[in-house]
Amino acid sequence: MGDAVNGASETERFAIGISFGNSSSSIARISPEGKAEVIANEEGDRQIPSILSYIDGEEYHGTQAKAQLIRNSSNTVAYFRDYLGKDFKSIDATPCHQSAHPQQKDSTVAFTIRDTESETRNTVTVSEITTRHLRRLKQSATDFLGKEVNAAVITVPTNFTDAQREALIAAAKAAGIEVLQLIAEPVAAVMAYDARPEATVTDKLVVVADFGGTRSDVAVIACRGGMYTILATAHDYELGGASLDQVIIDHFAKEFIKKHKTDPREDARGLAKLKLEGEGTRKALSLSANAQLSIESLVDGIDYGSTVNRTRFELLSNKVFAQFTGLIEQVVKKAELDVLDIDEVIFSGGASHTPKIAQLAANIFPETTTILAPSTSTSAINPSELSARGAAFQASLVQEFDAEDIEQSIHPMVTVTPHLSKAIGVEFTSNNETSFQPLLNADTALPARRIAQYTAPKEGGDVLVRVCEGAREIKVTKPEPKTKEEKPADDEDSDFDSDEEEEDIREIVWKTENPVAELAVKGVKAGSKVEVMVHVNPDLGLQIAVREVGGSTAVRGAINGSA
Amino acid sequence: MASVQVVNVSLPSLPSGWSADKDFKPVGALSAAVQRNIEPVGPHFLAHARRKRHARTFSEDERIQAQQNVKKTEEDEDEDISEDEDPMMLSRDAKDWKAQDHYAVLGLTKYRWRATPEQIKRAHRKKVLRHHPDKKAAMGQRDENDNFFKCIQKATELLLDPVRRRQFDSVDEAADIDPPSKKDVQKGNFYKLWGPVFKAEGRFSNKQPVPQLGDEDSTQESVETFYNFWYNFDSWRSFEYLDEDIPDDGEGRDQKRQTEKKNANARRKRKSEDIARLRELVDECLALDERIKKFRQQARAGKDAKRKAKEDEAKRLIEERERAKAEEEEKKKNAEEAAKAEREEKKKAKEAAKNAAKKNKRVLKGSVKDVNYFADGEASAAQVDAVLTDVDLVMSKIDVDELAELASRLTIAGKDSGAVKAAWAAESQRLVEAGKLKGGEVKAFA
Repeated sequence: MGDAVNGASETERFAIGISFGNSSSSIARISPEGKAEVIANEEGDRQIPSILSYIDGEEYHGTQAKAQLIRNSSNTVAYFRDYLGKDFKSIDATPCHQSAHPQQKDSTVAFTIRDTESETRNTVTVSEITTRHLRRLKQSATDFLGKEVNAAVITVPTNFTDAQREALIAAAKAAGIEVLQLIAEPVAAVMAYDARPEATVTDKLVVVADFGGTRSDVAVIACRGGMYTILATAHDYELGGASLDQVIIDHFAKEFIKKHKTDPREDARGLAKLKLEGEGTRKALSLSANAQLSIESLVDGIDYGSTVNRTRFELLSNKVFAQFTGLIEQVVKKAELDVLDIDEVIFSGGASHTPKIAQLAANIFPETTTILAPSTSTSAINPSELSARGAAFQASLVQEFDAEDIEQSIHPMVTVTPHLSKAIGVEFTSNNETSFQPLLNADTALPARRIAQYTAPKEGGDVLVRVCEGAREIKVTKPEPKTKEEKPADDEDSDFDSDEEEEDIREIVWKTENPVAELAVKGVKAGSKVEVMVHVNPDLGLQIAVREVGGSTAVRGAINGSA
Repeated sequence: MASVQVVNVSLPSLPSGWSADKDFKPVGALSAAVQRNIEPVGPHFLAHARRKRHARTFSEDERIQAQQNVKKTEEDEDEDISEDEDPMMLSRDAKDWKAQDHYAVLGLTKYRWRATPEQIKRAHRKKVLRHHPDKKAAMGQRDENDNFFKCIQKATELLLDPVRRRQFDSVDEAADIDPPSKKDVQKGNFYKLWGPVFKAEGRFSNKQPVPQLGDEDSTQESVETFYNFWYNFDSWRSFEYLDEDIPDDGEGRDQKRQTEKKNANARRKRKSEDIARLRELVDECLALDERIKKFRQQARAGKDAKRKAKEDEAKRLIEERERAKAEEEEKKKNAEEAAKAEREEKKKAKEAAKNAAKKNKRVLKGSVKDVNYFADGEASAAQVDAVLTDVDLVMSKIDVDELAELASRLTIAGKDSGAVKAAWAAESQRLVEAGKLKGGEVKAFA
C-alpha cells in the first residue's frame, strides 16, 4: 500500500478512460480544451477489436488479429471479456466458436494457444489475455499522447460481479494500469452526454440502450441534480450486432446456394469469411442505402460478390429488431415506469448505428422523448464511443485523488442513500383548478435541495404556498371518433393514418396526494415572483423557505424527519 | 446544483381565514424513502461524497469550496519572492553584468537553479515595477541612473534563455554547498551534512533523478547505486561563462583565434578540474561513510563464519579418518593374536597326539613283549622278530585313533596272551577287510 502511494506520488498519474468490451474496446481522454476524444490506435481504429492473435510468437492485436480469425482461428482469442473472473461452468462459450475455445484451468477459464515461437501450445488464462490486451491499449494511448499512461477508469456492465471486478483490476495492474475506478457502462454513456459543455443539469429519466456486438444491456437511469441512480436493468446475452450479421450471412448464403449449389456456411473458413465481410456490409448499411459484399474464394475457389439494400436488410431483420425494442419495453416495465416518463433514450454500442432500431424505438416513446441515436438526432455522439468518453471524463475528475480517497468515496457508506419515493412539489392554480407540479422528482437522492420561482397571482396580495407530495397518473382519453362519412374515398395511406389516430391519447397528469406544509407570503407585489426553496434531509426532514423575489424577509419552516 | 428553476405557473391566493404561527403550518410528513445505490460518477456525485464524508450541509460545502478556490489564487500571487535588496547590488554597474548574481538581482536566491521560467518571469515583472527608471523619475530622483534596471533586464534575458542559463548555473558558486570538514562529520550527523552537498552537485547531472545519499538504514544496494552513480557522473557542467571576451574590434584575426584557443583550453582545464574535484569529493565521502564499513564488516563476518564452518568440517573429517584407522589396526591385532593362539594350540595338540601315539605304540610293542611274543617259553629270536615285524606292519597301517583304540583294547587284555593275540588278530583282520593289508601278510597273529 505504502509503495503504491509512493509510486503514485513520485511518477505523476496520467489517466485515461477505457471501455473494455467483449467485441471491441476504446480508449479516450479529455483533451486540454476539456473535450472528450477517443484515441485511435496505430492502425487508426477508434473501436479496437478485443482480439489477440499469435503467429510464430508474434502478437497481433485489434483489426489485424480479427483478420486472423479466418486463417489462424485456433491461435486467436476473441470475446473473452465476459469470461474474466468466472468459473468454467458459468460461461457461455458460443461466441468463441470460431476462435480459440475456452477451457477449464483450475478455477478459471483459459485458452490453449501457440503464443511463442516453439511448437508447443501454452495454456494462457483469461486474466493473462486481458492483461496483454490492456497492455496493448495502454501502449496505443501512450504512443498517441506521448506520455506514459499509468491509470485508467474502466467501464464494466452493470451486472459485473465483485469477482469479475477484482479479476479486472488485477489484470489491469499486471499491465501497469492503476484502476482508479470501475464505472457502469450505461452511466458512462449518460455522463458522456452530460459532460458536454452545452449540457445543463436537469432532472430526467434516461433509458440507455447498449446494443453491443454479442450482448445487449438496457438500463433505466434517474438523473437527479447531476446524480445518477440505476432503477432497472435488462440483459440479453444472445442479442447484438452478431444477430444482425447472422441475418446478412444467411441472406448471402442462400443467394450463393442458388447459384453454386453449395452452402458456404458449412465450410469453417467460408463461414469465417462470410462473418467478417458480412459484418462490414451490415455496418455499411447503417450509413448508406446499399452495400456490397465481395469475397474472393469463398468456397471451392469461387469468388462471390453481391449487393444488398437497406430495405431488404430491414425486412429480413424484423424479428431481431423486435427483440431490441422488446428489451427496451421490458426494462421500462421493470422499473415500474411508463414510456411517458422517459425523457431521453440514449443509444450506445456498435449495433446502435443501425437506423431502423432507433426509428422503431422512437415509435415506442412519445414525441417529447429525445432519442439520441445517429439516425434520429444530429447532435448524437457516436454510440460506439459513449462509454469510453464517459470513462475519460470520470478519469479526469478523479485523477488527482488519492487511491484511498476514491475508495472511500465509492464505498456503500456514501453511495447508498435514501431516495424520495414520491415527488415533492407546490400546488398552483391554473384555470381556476388546483394543480401540481413536481419540484423534487421521485427517486431523488437525499439530501437534496431545490429552488424554484413561481409567478404570484396577477393582482398580487397574499399568496399561499402549499408544499405537498404528488402522484403521477396516466390519463387515457379516447379520441373523439371521427365520422367515417367525411372521407369515404380516401386512399390506403389515410386509412393507415386514421387507424393510428384511433389510438388512445395518453398523457401524464399530476395529482396532489399528501400535503406536507403550508406557507403564506403576504403582501406580494403584483406581477412579482415568489421563490421557494425546499431542502430535504436524509431523515426526510424538510426545511422550506419562501420569499418574494427581491423581498428581504423570508418565511421559513421546518418539519422534523422520521428518524 | 443550487440553480433556480423558473416555473411559469401562478400560485394560489391565500384563502381567507388561513392563519398560522409565523405563517408556517406543517400539515403532514413525507412518505418513506427508498434506499438506492447512486452511481459513484460525475462531478455532482463527488460533491455529494464530499458533503457526506465530511458531514457538511449544502451551504457549508459551497462556502468551503469557495474559500479553497480563493486561497489558491491568493497563493499564486503570494508566492512571489520579496527579498531584501542589497544596496551594494543596487549600485552595481550594468556593464559588469557578467559578475553579477542574476538570481540575487531578481530576488530568487531561495530557488536559484530550481526556479521555474514562470517564477523568473514573475520576479522580473515585480522588480521592473519597482525599479523602472520612469518610476524613479516620477518619485523625484533626478539622477538618470538606470543601472540596476539594466541589471534586471540582463539577468532576466540570461535566465530565460535555457542555454545561457545553464552556462551561468554551471559557475553559480552561490548554489554550491561546501563539503563538511572531517571534524564536523565526527561531531554531527554524516547524512545530514553530506546529503545537501550531493543534492546540490546533482543539479549538473544529465541523468535525472539523482540517487540520494540516504541514511544509516539504506540498503547495500542503494548505497552501491549511489556511489556508482557518482563515480560515473555524467555532468552537463561547462565553463563557457568564464570565457575571456573575444575582442570584436576587428583588431586582427590572429588575436581572436588565440583568445578562442585560450578559452577552449581554459574550459577543458576547468572541466577536468571539476571532474577531479567531484571524484575527490566522492572519495572523501566514501571514506567517511560508516555504512561501507558496516557492509564490509557484515561481509567479513559472513566470510569468517563460512571459513570457520569449512575448517570445522575439515577437522571433523580428519578425526573421523584417524578413528577409522585406529579401529582397523586394533581389529588386525586381535585377529593376529587369535591366529597365534590357535597355532600354538594346534602345535600343543599335535605334540600331545604325537606323545599319545608314541605311548600307544609303546603299549602295542609292550603288549606283545608282555605276553612273551605269544611264545609259551622263552621266545626265539626268530619268533620275536616275526611278531615285532607284524606289529610294526600293523602300526604302520593304522592311524592315530585306531592306534589309541587298539592300545586301550590291548591294555584291557593285559598279559593274557590269548586275549592280546585275539586283539591283534581282530585288528589285522579289520585291516585286511579294509584293504590296507593283504591276507596272509600278517602271520604272527593268526
